[in-house]
Amino acid sequence: MELTRTEIMPGVWLSHLRSERFKTACLSLTLLAQLKRETAAMNALLPYVLRRGTTRLGDMEAISARLDELYGVAIEPAVRRIGEIQCVGFYASLPEGDFLPGGQDVLHDTAALLGELLLSPATRGGLLLPRYVDSEREKMLELIRSRINEKRSYSLIRCIEEMCCCENFAVGRFGGESECEAIRYTKLTRQYHSLLQSCPVEIFYCGRADKKRVADALREALTTLPRGEIDYEIGTDVRMNALEEQPRFVEETLDVTQGKLVIGFRLGECMEDPDPAALYVFNSVLGGGSSSKLFMNVREKLQLCYYASSIVDIRKGLLLIAAGIDFSRLDAAREEIFAQLEAVKRGEISDEELQSARSGVASELRALTDSQGELEGFYLSQILDGSDCGPLELAELVECVGREEVAEIARGVECDLIYFLTGSDAPEQDDEEDAHAEA
Amino acid sequence: MQKHDYARLGETLYTDTLPNGLRLCVIPKPGFRSSFAAFATDYGGVHRRFRLDGQTVDTPAGVAHFLEHKMFDLPNGDNALNLLAANGADPNAFTSGDMTCYYFQCTHSFEEDLRMLLHFVSTPYFTAESVQKERGIITQEIRMGEDSPGTAIYYMLLRQLYARHPIRERVIGTVESIAEITHETLYACHRAFYAPSNMCLCVEGDVDPERIRAIAQECLGEECRALPETDFGEEEALLPLQSSGQEVMAVSAPQFLIGAKLRPAGTGEAALRQRLEAQLALRVLLGSSSPFYTRLYADGVLNRDYDYEADFSAGTGTVILGGESPQPERVLEELRSEVAGVCAEGFDAARFERARRASYGARLRALEDFDNVCIALASGVFDGYCALDAPLLLQEVSRSACEAFVRENLADERLSIAIIEPKKV
Repeated sequence: MELTRTEIMPGVWLSHLRSERFKTACLSLTLLAQLKRETAAMNALLPYVLRRGTTRLGDMEAISARLDELYGVAIEPAVRRIGEIQCVGFYASLPEGDFLPGGQDVLHDTAALLGELLLSPATRGGLLLPRYVDSEREKMLELIRSRINEKRSYSLIRCIEEMCCCENFAVGRFGGESECEAIRYTKLTRQYHSLLQSCPVEIFYCGRADKKRVADALREALTTLPRGEIDYEIGTDVRMNALEEQPRFVEETLDVTQGKLVIGFRLGECMEDPDPAALYVFNSVLGGGSSSKLFMNVREKLQLCYYASSIVDIRKGLLLIAAGIDFSRLDAAREEIFAQLEAVKRGEISDEELQSARSGVASELRALTDSQGELEGFYLSQILDGSDCGPLELAELVECVGREEVAEIARGVECDLIYFLTGSDAPEQDDEEDAHAEA
Repeated sequence: MQKHDYARLGETLYTDTLPNGLRLCVIPKPGFRSSFAAFATDYGGVHRRFRLDGQTVDTPAGVAHFLEHKMFDLPNGDNALNLLAANGADPNAFTSGDMTCYYFQCTHSFEEDLRMLLHFVSTPYFTAESVQKERGIITQEIRMGEDSPGTAIYYMLLRQLYARHPIRERVIGTVESIAEITHETLYACHRAFYAPSNMCLCVEGDVDPERIRAIAQECLGEECRALPETDFGEEEALLPLQSSGQEVMAVSAPQFLIGAKLRPAGTGEAALRQRLEAQLALRVLLGSSSPFYTRLYADGVLNRDYDYEADFSAGTGTVILGGESPQPERVLEELRSEVAGVCAEGFDAARFERARRASYGARLRALEDFDNVCIALASGVFDGYCALDAPLLLQEVSRSACEAFVRENLADERLSIAIIEPKKV
């Protein structure tokens, strides 16, 4: 499997990965924009509005009927945040002709439909239809508000919001609620045209078709794409230190029966020249899986929680440690989490822990080559990082990461904020109240 | 082993039953880096009451799940989860209403990992202390579920539909029910349900089927043990116990589920055919291209957080649809009028054929995931059919059978609705 990357139109790049192993192919089209509070909500809303109707297929029922006809091709809006780059577009999954009755090939039709969704939306007087814009805006607002429903992910989002309150990263991938509320069809139409003209476009294909066939189909589908000056000046701003001298503490009360603790750190020094392989191994040793220090000690040994895990954002330079705990065990859990991090700093990592972390991460990287969706996400991130290292090469590097490299990363880590989601009938905590805390 | 060619799907399946009764399914996938193995027992949250060796045993809710947590402990103090992870594998397990499944994915040392999987699942080792310790962890897991609107509403609906069947209780149990579980309970249930004759091993990856057969035979022995008879109580009436229910939680918008019970078709090809008819009928009636969904979506009554399914497990069949809506009652009304429309005029022929195509494509896509495939195969083995037959059998499903499914199962009086309203702040 060899990835090739070609500029098929000005600022439109096709990454082509030929593979005979799958029964479906994937084709994604992503516009890249700098994540900013003013535009994030509009950018995120666009693919959802575009997916409502085109000049030829005027409503969702017509689009869905067309997709059904093509043996269930799926084309869905995709909105992601990679570091501080907002990635908006569509992800299509299409059955390979070899497995369809009659051997019908649906690549050309899928590419055409993708182009149609992006470039020929249903409009009136050249403006996006108000009823589609209003309806999708309301749905996106529901989606933004619904983040409160799942408390585990909600507490992670809240920790990031508080921790990065002065940075664009605090803006979620769908943008902010008030910015979303303010979206109207005229303004959104302007943003749509400006995005089409200035955004770099990344297209990813993985499947049986050769590069020429894919590129030809896409060029045809995107003929009318307006291209102005392409804005390649996008990137992620990395903050090396905590905002205040002492870690901030934010407590929020909701009607929950289990407390959620999230501790946010800046990765610090290692972000001068981040080494993804070492960062992944560091995370895995600390809290990446069932043989990590957090899982083994906070959960298994001391039974302070049901889950205790860590994640790193290697682009933004963040480490988040999360645990689900009884309200009364905040102090004990916090102490133990910091104790485990201290152990990593001192290089107290057994051979088994190191080996298990390395081989877990390496295995995950190798396994992702078996999934088109994962390959797509991996390569998009690599392209944004300006790296051409494939998953298999990265896996090799992971296997060479040493104990000292892991400890070195841990030593540079700085705690920025502790977030705790507690219940209304939880016992009183003596901890200091914080001005950021919500009622 | 028996070789089954699925040329249309580009797959080959090898199956066998070992002398000890273990059912084996292997799909070789040359050129793939990862392999996946699932070792499953036909035992889940609903298997609470059973007869074995002339004795009737009643167990508290949550034993199957508790057992799943404790199976990773080995007599020498090791933990199988850690051993597998240390080997670079990604191991895990789940317990559903009718199955407990242990699995791993790996990219090297597959045979070593497979031996470990077979070994730890067939090696019970529990002590009073370790059981007590686990109770704390599971209590936290129960609490976490209590805060999840998805879990809460699912069991609300099942309790509205079912009067007695144990499917209405949470698989994980309650804080009270798990307090009754001892290490003896776990040993008794392991002995009853973890016999190879009650289990199935499914593997997909770049593997040799004969090697897998040999390893399974070597690790699990020859003895073919008698199986317990499970008792789910008297058969349920088709009408729901309650036609509606409401609760309040900290959610952003009302959540709802609408459901109906159906009579499952037993086992074998009839069971598979019923599943396919149910799924295709629901796709035409409720799917993403249906007038029902697209209209309600455009009107702001439904959004993308919407799904529907026909779930068959442990002698039950349940149609469920739902998601988030500012007007759950309106969804119910519209559903009733759609069903009335099908009763009067049937399905539109062109739309039905398009849905069949889309369903075929979706099934093709599902074949990409080894975990999906292995778990579907195991589930099929326990219900007497082969999951890989589905895409082809789908071509035989008739429009009239799907219309009949809607007519017979989704009439007004059969429907029940569960709603979670947001807590007023």
